[in-house]
Amino acid sequence: MPTEFTPVSALLGGMLIGLAATLLYAGIGRIAGISGILNHALEQRSERGWRIAFLLGLIAAAGLWFVGNGIAPRTGFPLGWLLLAGLLVGFGTRIGNGCTSGHGICGLARLSKRSLIAVLVFMGSGIATVYLLRHVLAVLP
Amino acid sequence: MKRVVIALLAGALFGLGLAISGMTDPDKVLNFLDIAGRWDPSLALVMGGALLVSVPGFALARKRGDCACGDALPAPASQRIDTRLIAGSALFGIGWGIAGYCPGPALANLAHGGEAVAFVVAMLAGSQLARLLPTPP
Repeated sequence: MPTEFTPVSALLGGMLIGLAATLLYAGIGRIAGISGILNHALEQRSERGWRIAFLLGLIAAAGLWFVGNGIAPRTGFPLGWLLLAGLLVGFGTRIGNGCTSGHGICGLARLSKRSLIAVLVFMGSGIATVYLLRHVLAVLP
Repeated sequence: MKRVVIALLAGALFGLGLAISGMTDPDKVLNFLDIAGRWDPSLALVMGGALLVSVPGFALARKRGDCACGDALPAPASQRIDTRLIAGSALFGIGWGIAGYCPGPALANLAHGGEAVAFVVAMLAGSQLARLLPTPP
């Protein structure tokens, strides 16, 4: 599906995400990396409370926005590709120790060279994957 | 209790930011990665907007030395660049480029039910598979 470039809402939403990451860091000294928060919430008893609160807040706020603005989820995406993608995202973020939020927003805010490398690598492999699937093999819309 | 309230608020702001910016729409993310096709640069501005706040915000917190709840700030991030970091990030990027979901937007889409549920179940399975690998020294 084609999408429109939305500079104002992108910048505004981005600033809210940055504010959220800063609030968590300055407020309770924790990094707003979603993959890490999710993994630890499921696997560690200690510090489970704030992690679950963060995740519930995230899902509830997005849900309220969807309802208020009549936004429907994507449908019709091939299930096999969806499952393969999920496996790779879960596997890769555990091995690479972070995702778009942990490395991309918090890591870069902490001026971490390691996170910069991670961001360049996943952006690069993401771009290559879309190019291959959409333009070379033409197997996904 | 205070920590839980701060985290709830931070999570809500995070989810709202993802939704307002359109990053909960996987097609918008895929189109950002599609530089040779229907390129939609929005994601770059989301990242830029976030860093505009988090870079000075984190610097201020570090200058203060501790956080509002009195806990120490986390130790400086590891600077280790190794095979795990590169291979993990590369595999994550492939998955991201297939379906257009990274973990945050995938969780946000759980509010819809639908395809995000299958994605998140697979993501949790992938994460558990990765635990079977030997951990680095």
